[in-house]
Amino acid sequence: MPARSPAPVHRRDVLAGLGGAAALAGLGLFNASCAVDDDPALKSGNLLRLGMAGGSSADSLDPRTYLDWVPINIGYQIMNGLVEVDGAGNAVPELFESWESSADAREWVFRIRGGVVFHNGKPLGVDDILYSINLHRGDTTSVAKGVVANIVDVKRLDANRVKILLAGGDADLPTTLSDYHLLVVPAGFDDWSHPIGTGGYRLDRFEPGVRSITTKAGDYWKAGAAHVDAIELLVINDAMARTNALIGGQVDIINRIDGRTADLLRRNKRLKVIRSQTGQHAIFATNCTADPYENNEIRLALKYAIDRERIVKTVLNGYGTVGNDQPISPRSPYFDADLPVHRYDPDQARYHLRRAGRDALAAELKVSDAAFSGAVDAAVLFQSAAAAAGITLAVKREPIDGYWSNVWIKAPFYVSYSDGRATLDAAFSKAYKSSSAANDTSWRNPEFDALANVARGMQDPRRRRELYGECQRMISADGGAIIPMFIDHIEAGSTHVQGWTPSALFDLMGQRIGEKVWLQS
Amino acid sequence: MKAPALRRLLVRRLLFGLLSLLVVSALLFFATNLLPGDVATALLGQQATPESLLRLRLELGLDQPAWLRYVHWFIRLLHGDFGTSLASGRSVVSELLPRLGNTLILAAVAGAIAVPLSVGLGLISAMREGGLVDRALSLLCVLTISTPEFLLGYVLIGAFAIELGWLPSLAVISPGMTLLERAAAITLPVCTLVLVVMAHMLRMTRASVLSVMAAPYVEMAYLKGLRRSTVILRHALPNSAAPIIAVVTLNLGYLVVGVVVVEVVFVYPGAGQLLVDAVAKRDLPLVQACGLIFAAIYIALNVTADMLALWASPRLRHETLRHET
Amino acid sequence: MKPRGMRTDTAGSPRRPWSLYIGAGGVILLVGSALLAPWIAPYAEGQFVGGVWDLPSAASWLGTDNDGRDMLTRVLFGTRTTVSIALLATVLALAVGIGFGVVAGAVGGWLDELLSRCVDILLAIPVLISALIVLSVLGTSTPVLIGTIGLLEATRVYVVARAVARSVNVQPFVQVARLRGEALPWIIGRELLPNAAGPLIAEGGLRFCFIFLFIASLSFLGLGIQPPTADLGSMVRENAQAINFGLMAPLYPAAAIALLTAGINLVVDWLLAAQSRPHGHGIEL
Repeated sequence: MPARSPAPVHRRDVLAGLGGAAALAGLGLFNASCAVDDDPALKSGNLLRLGMAGGSSADSLDPRTYLDWVPINIGYQIMNGLVEVDGAGNAVPELFESWESSADAREWVFRIRGGVVFHNGKPLGVDDILYSINLHRGDTTSVAKGVVANIVDVKRLDANRVKILLAGGDADLPTTLSDYHLLVVPAGFDDWSHPIGTGGYRLDRFEPGVRSITTKAGDYWKAGAAHVDAIELLVINDAMARTNALIGGQVDIINRIDGRTADLLRRNKRLKVIRSQTGQHAIFATNCTADPYENNEIRLALKYAIDRERIVKTVLNGYGTVGNDQPISPRSPYFDADLPVHRYDPDQARYHLRRAGRDALAAELKVSDAAFSGAVDAAVLFQSAAAAAGITLAVKREPIDGYWSNVWIKAPFYVSYSDGRATLDAAFSKAYKSSSAANDTSWRNPEFDALANVARGMQDPRRRRELYGECQRMISADGGAIIPMFIDHIEAGSTHVQGWTPSALFDLMGQRIGEKVWLQS
Repeated sequence: MKAPALRRLLVRRLLFGLLSLLVVSALLFFATNLLPGDVATALLGQQATPESLLRLRLELGLDQPAWLRYVHWFIRLLHGDFGTSLASGRSVVSELLPRLGNTLILAAVAGAIAVPLSVGLGLISAMREGGLVDRALSLLCVLTISTPEFLLGYVLIGAFAIELGWLPSLAVISPGMTLLERAAAITLPVCTLVLVVMAHMLRMTRASVLSVMAAPYVEMAYLKGLRRSTVILRHALPNSAAPIIAVVTLNLGYLVVGVVVVEVVFVYPGAGQLLVDAVAKRDLPLVQACGLIFAAIYIALNVTADMLALWASPRLRHETLRHET
Repeated sequence: MKPRGMRTDTAGSPRRPWSLYIGAGGVILLVGSALLAPWIAPYAEGQFVGGVWDLPSAASWLGTDNDGRDMLTRVLFGTRTTVSIALLATVLALAVGIGFGVVAGAVGGWLDELLSRCVDILLAIPVLISALIVLSVLGTSTPVLIGTIGLLEATRVYVVARAVARSVNVQPFVQVARLRGEALPWIIGRELLPNAAGPLIAEGGLRFCFIFLFIASLSFLGLGIQPPTADLGSMVRENAQAINFGLMAPLYPAAAIALLTAGINLVVDWLLAAQSRPHGHGIEL
């Protein structure tokens, strides 16, 4: 037996010492890791707390990089756009006070609102507008380059007016300019970690992918806006966590709710659910330049082999509308209600397969919930419905990360998504023209391009309606996108929130909810 | 009271540790490079055109070959510069440090509770083998290891945050919170983590101790008339310490580097989620820095555990050091 | 006279407590039904039979899942899929982990050093990241999944096996065997493994359970088993929202996991209890 050394005593001391040191260090770290910015606005009851999906740790507040909802929402708190879109989808003046155009809709003159001041005291002037628009033009990495691609020249007309020259006429230019990337900053500004704008709130704190805090900036030029004292936006990408946060009372408003949760939340008397029809839709995209989808008969076969009603009922729990393989929603004033409808019809699908010289089709469909929540379920339902038409779909679930870089546009048949657009031309330019960068289906139809461009510049409403109807028909009959449904935007929040209305575009009142609502105790 | 041989062993372990760090950083770099896509495609998303991709890649230096970029990164690292995140343009240190702090706090609190609790309960189980306490703990362990972490988290949230309203469902720590409020915010994630790691350590402690109960010296101790608890604590435990320490190390390692799921469920801004996001965005400097720090912590834990195992078991120490001289 | 503190009796007969029967019974029931799933399941694996989260009825004994498929069918097929993948991955992990771990622990020296440092490197990278990278590059087919999970988990088994082997290695009876001139394989086979059996069996049982859960975590990241193939972990995740409705949907797959885990652990417990008897008492089957 080894002699008893003093070692046992040392062991205990060491352990105790380690434990004590660790505890102290822990407390210190705990307190220090969160900097102490004691903002009185946060303490007051007049704080609006948003819990949003759509943020990541790579987020930046530079409008040229806006790809997801959290930076857009923060952007609208701090800055203003040129034109706003109201709840009915109409263009409403924001920093552009009024406008007029030439007959061919190629030359536009906009008047700038007077009396508007940036957070740093600088008055809004023409240079600021020019600079802000030009951020997205020319030699730039802006993701909004396509939005302003039609603009040939933007120049100063006088101290309050700007002239915009277009390559092709656009009767809806003001609505086009309501794009969320076109936010106004002072001329020459580039300190994007501390953005300055003319909006109702100034940025207090920004932790990308975690949260942001903005506080009221003082007198706001917009009447009847910016009611709350401060806005805290928490990034909560997990759907269940978002719901729990709302029910538990830690946030006032949440977005991106799915249909089943909406029903649950409706039953809660302290909450209300807002539903918006904004034109966002699901897409099963086939690559029109890849085999076998080059043949339109195959594409038509697929369009008839999908049970749309079932998908809306199961995946969306009824919170949506059946789609007809073109991106314009029934809510749009130019929606063509006379389009032939692609119902679920396995026999019709088989007919088209035969016309393509086949009696069966085996295909791989790549999916991920990265496209939209429930995409995998929708694909599985598609697979089950298509089986009756002799179409065997192998559903391959891809990882959420990297879906947009690896699968989108590259795969021959995959699930995709698009949000609604303010104008039909924006929707077509995004993904249906030959020049579209985001053309999910690689569909190239010069006839369609020409038609869409003529329709864009057409000021006569009746003729316009005809032309746009024809565009929708072309996409539905010939395009590579199977669009089974339009997905409602569903958001929910506490009944304390007042002034909250459905959106025409995106959710959370076009992402401007921060300045529009107020809290009632 | 370290013999020179022990010191030599320690130094060698630390040197190997540094070498391991190097290998880990290279592995992560080249493995992430193997993944399809790069940060340019991740950033531009649906707006990517060939020209904008090219321009962005030039801007970020992605046109250089991979090995050259690695070498540059390494040289900068030697100067203490962790570089800037490709995705956000901010310095890696400013991105990583707050999130790392959060992760370490959660790991420390959960570990400080879980380790003594599990080992203690494991010992009690062994002492009262087959008794009511043993069975109850067994049942608890079975329940926790058969439940996925996210379900545990959701159930705890459902019970304590939604039904009872005692605690917040989000572990968001904001400025101006008192220490008590912060403690409340992380209570549920800590509970979840404790439940997740407890079973492994508890059962391993119990199994390890029970397995040496068959040894002759234990029989001897019984024959001397010692109580079961004394036999376990004085004689069985030191010799069964090694596997227990091994499991504790694994679980402490998990608490630091593996809690992504819990971070997502509780929306806790930790480094685990940051690393997953960085890999998804192919943001190499961030992946490197995060991976390196995790590896360093893990290796430090390992070296400590090995030293502890030697210290706890004189036999093992003797045997290991015999090879040193 | 029986020394105080030694237990040779547990509820039921001394060597076969009733808990063993429950445990083994549960495992056999679940594994058996999983094996027979294609024949005994009421519906086909991906078949839609009703609405979302229907309550249990005559047509659908456990109700339906988040897509309107029969829950009982999904649980049976899910058990089949998950158990087979988990079992194969566990066997791989244990074979590689215990194989290398025990050898490293017994031999020591530079072999131990080399292996341990390699394993350290693998362990230092968060397991989800390693899995994410490997599965993203190699795809998520079943063999790749089994191989990836098995090898990643093997590192953890290695750590435990090595530690156990080292502590047994320094016991007097092993020293005696060495001095006698016994060869290494004999020492490992006859002295080390039998005495290391307790913790190793515990680790094996636990590892199987952890692999189950790891597969579920992979589903969290969108990796893992592809739809519409059922998998117990993914089913828990997909149906989790039902809890907020007061519905039981996610609890059925969770219960299947729990039953299986409980069963395995009860069997492991019995084996351990048998192990801890003093020398001279064997396990009598």
